[in-house]
This record gives sequence, C-alpha cells and structure tokens, in this order.
Amino acid sequence: MTGRQRDENPAGIHLPLDPLPGHSSRGRLERVLRRGEFAVTTELNPPDSADPEDVYNRAKIFDGWVDAINAVDASGANCHMSSVGICALLTRMGYAPIMQIACRDKNRIAIQGDVLGGAAMGVANMLCLTGDGVQAGDQPGAKPVFDLDSMSLLETVRIMRDNGKFLSGRKLTTPPQVFLGAAVNPFAPPFDFRPIHLGKKIAAGAQFVQTQYCFDVPMFKTFMQKARDLGHTEKVFILCGVGPLASAKTAKWIRSNVPGIHIPDAIIKRLEGAQDQKKEGKQLCTDIINEVKEIPGVSGIHVMAYRQEEYVAEIVDESGVLKGRQPWKREIRRDDQMVADRLDRILHDEITETQVDMVKTAH
Amino acid sequence: MSDPQPAVTQATLVKKAAPKSDYKPADVSPQRRVQRSFAVRLWSIRHSRLLEWFYSRFADAFLLLHPLWKGIGYGRVEAPIKFVEKRVKGFMFDCRMCGQCVLSSTGMSCPMNCPKQLRNGPCGGVRANGNCEVEPNMPCVWVKAWEGSQNMVHGDKILTVQKPVDQSLRETSAWLRVTAQAAATREAAANAGSGAAA
Repeated sequence: MTGRQRDENPAGIHLPLDPLPGHSSRGRLERVLRRGEFAVTTELNPPDSADPEDVYNRAKIFDGWVDAINAVDASGANCHMSSVGICALLTRMGYAPIMQIACRDKNRIAIQGDVLGGAAMGVANMLCLTGDGVQAGDQPGAKPVFDLDSMSLLETVRIMRDNGKFLSGRKLTTPPQVFLGAAVNPFAPPFDFRPIHLGKKIAAGAQFVQTQYCFDVPMFKTFMQKARDLGHTEKVFILCGVGPLASAKTAKWIRSNVPGIHIPDAIIKRLEGAQDQKKEGKQLCTDIINEVKEIPGVSGIHVMAYRQEEYVAEIVDESGVLKGRQPWKREIRRDDQMVADRLDRILHDEITETQVDMVKTAH
Repeated sequence: MSDPQPAVTQATLVKKAAPKSDYKPADVSPQRRVQRSFAVRLWSIRHSRLLEWFYSRFADAFLLLHPLWKGIGYGRVEAPIKFVEKRVKGFMFDCRMCGQCVLSSTGMSCPMNCPKQLRNGPCGGVRANGNCEVEPNMPCVWVKAWEGSQNMVHGDKILTVQKPVDQSLRETSAWLRVTAQAAATREAAANAGSGAAA
C-alpha cells in the first residue's frame, strides 16, 4: 500500500515488525536507534481510571512526534493504572510502548511473568528500574518488595531473552524479544562512580539508557566525557532526560522534595527573571535539548513533561531534533477509511441501494 | 524515575489525614528502628583495607579448620558459629544475616542496610549531600561503599554484577558456606590435578 509508513507491519499496526539481523527486538525504537537517527521518547501520565479512552487520549497528543512512549510503573510510588495494562492498550493501537518494570512492587516470580506477558502483547522495549521507596508515594504503609534490583532485573530479562531460561534455569518455549533499557542518574552522588555504574548496567544487559532530568548541562557533559572514555557510548544508546519546568516555584519545590533531581541556581534565577515563567520553562527545555543533542554519544532525548504533555510536540518541533523526520503516527488506513465512509453513508443517508443501482454507479 | 509533582504530594495528604495522637515515632523505616546508630559501620568502611586484609587471613584460617568442621559436622557447628557471626558482623557492619555476604565486593558497606537492599550500586535518589532518599539522616550505603572500595586492594570487585539475594539462605552462616565451597573447589582442583597426573 502506498500510504504505509516506515517501521509498520503491513499485516496490521499492532503486529511486531520483521526481525532484522543485529536487532534483539521487533520494535520501532530499536530500529530508529540502530539506524542512527536521533530518537525521541516521552512518558505517558498514567490515568487513575479504568477507562481505556483515557490512555488513548493521552497517547494521541504525542502522535507523530515521538518514537516510543514510557508506560510508567507507579512512578513516585503513587498508585496508577499498571504499566502492563497501559502497554496492553498501547500495543493494540500500534504504539511502541516502553514497559517500565520497578522492583518495588513485585517479586521475581511476578516480574518474570509480566515480562513474558508484556512481550506476548507486543511490547518490544522494557526499562528496568529499582523504583522509588514507598515512603514517597500515596501508600506509605505498603510493603516494599525490592526482591531484585535494577541490575539483577536487567540480567534476569537478558537471560530470559538470550538463554531462553527463567532465573531458575527452567526453559522457555518462546523467549521474549525485547530491547532492554535502564535508567541512569548522572546528577546524584557518588559522581565518579556513576559512569562506572553505567558500565555495570551495560554488562548486566542494558542496550539503551534514559537519564534523569538534565538541568545541568556541564555536569552531563562531564559524565558523557567519562562514559566515552570508558567506551560505553559504543555499547549503549543514551537518551538524555529533559523536561519543561512550570515555574520557579515548582523548580524550587522539586529541588528540595524530589531526591535525585538536581537543579542549579542559575536555572531558577532565569525562571524567576522571566515575565511568563511557563513559557520560559519551555524555552529553557528547548535550549537544553539544543545543547545536549550536540554532545557526542547522545542518541536521543527522553522528554518528561509531567502534566504539561501538550508541550512535548512543540518542544520537539522547536528544537528541531527530528531534522524533518516524522516518527510513526497512528492514522486510519485507507481501506478502513473506505469501510467507515461507506458504513456512514448506509447508516445515515436516506438511500436504499439495490444491486442494480450499485452496478450502474460503478460504471 | 521520579516525576516533578505539585507542591502537595499524595504522601503529604495521607500523612495529614492520619489520626492525631501524642505518640509520634521517629519518621524512619521499620528496618532502621531495630538498629543502633551507624557510627561503627562507618568506622568499618573507613578501615576497609585493614578489614579486607584481616578477612583474607580469617577465611584462610577457617579453611584450615575445614577437617574439624567436617569432623564435627557442618550442621552441628552451624548454630554456635552463626551465634558468633551474627554478633560480630552485626556489631561491625550492622549485618542483616542475608547468608550470602558480599562485604568484600562492596567496600565493607553492607548493602542490606540500603532500604531498597540494592546489591549492585546506588539508586538515582541519592541526596546532594550523599544521604539516603528514604532515610534522610543516613549516609547512602552505596556512596560509602564506593569510598570504602577505593581503599581496598581488590576494590574493583565492586564491578561484579551480583545475583539477586537467595532469600532461602537468610539467617544462615556465610562464613561456613564460603569455607565449605572453598574446600569443595580445592578438592575438585586436587582431583583434577591427580587425574591429569595419572
């Protein structure tokens, strides 16, 4: 079909792509990264509802601007729709979700089961996280599990994929084909250990990493320099985490209340000095993207615009990181459109078509 | 990965909604409530090189005694050895008796003291002052582990990817397990050597 997009299965948008040599998954994100294109990923704000439309609507605003969408696993230890559930909905619609797995809530039995379930639904990317402590969220009385840690989780999924075995050694009949991701935070101590820690994650199985919010570009540059010196950038795709700050007040609050996010004073001063702080926050994000995209070894950006998702498209557009490329976009196929139009006409127009009439109009 | 959130978090709301009472326990995790202060633990990390040296001698001595343990029966010596191990390591490192000690790979900083029990490196939530995200007054176990490993001769063991904790080995003696395993490998090597010679 002529209207078919790149990285789409002609038999159906929800189906996995053809396997390619050197690719461990059958998803879109890995193809984009391995082609050497600058990738853009984002995060879907998980709904507190059981309505699938909520997920579809929240995914729709990223259409044509991102290569993959993170389905967060109760981020900040707050209860939301599960990442497995969000992934099930997104894969149905042909989106490329990145299934986040946090070690906080599930033990190794549940996690390995979810990995198989996710992969069976067509999830091609999985991001292995430790997860925030339960004290940070809305259910501080919950039992923290932390049976695995991010590193052993990475290794577990890698063993499932490459060796076709559970952690116990029991065989899988069909191993999950997934592109494995991890998170890194170059902006938290111990700073000199962080690049080495990244190496450890690569050894455990990480193929791409998303970083924590980058507001301090010089600090990120130092990290990247060390990662390059250690040869990590050849083994892993690094997506730099960026995002707009809503105001100087939010920035100050985040700095003192969300551990692991480092915001320098200069950023807060710049926001305070602005007329329209929200606009300035967006501009700041674009400026940071423009700086980080030039750093050698950065393969993409991960835009986290919590409660400002509508700005993701603008930020990506203004920063020009896609260089004119349009990521996969959900659109109605021509044959479906024809059926829909025809049904619409039959249902709503006051006509009774007979075969004889149809033949006449066809000629 | 944490999201930036509005000024009032769900956690704050939950805390505010809790019933009022005069009894207010310190805001720490239950794990820390059963613990003393961590001064000794920090001393051990500062002297990681000395402890590393000491432990290698100690492990050798334990291995020398392997015929004795085997004679009495590992099962029978387990209880008294565990009694001593639990107290000594508990005092020195705030040991939590996971039964699969990795202290020599983690700069003599016991990873089981991490509220997330991470055995492979710090999480992304370490505070700017190097303290824990969950226990704001406790120095991050992994920041200390990195410092400790820098002093050690075999500090690069921190790069090994550790397997997940085997929960079925909790409350067992790591000293005896390591000794029995070392003895088994030594015997296997000896057998292979004699097999090759013959």
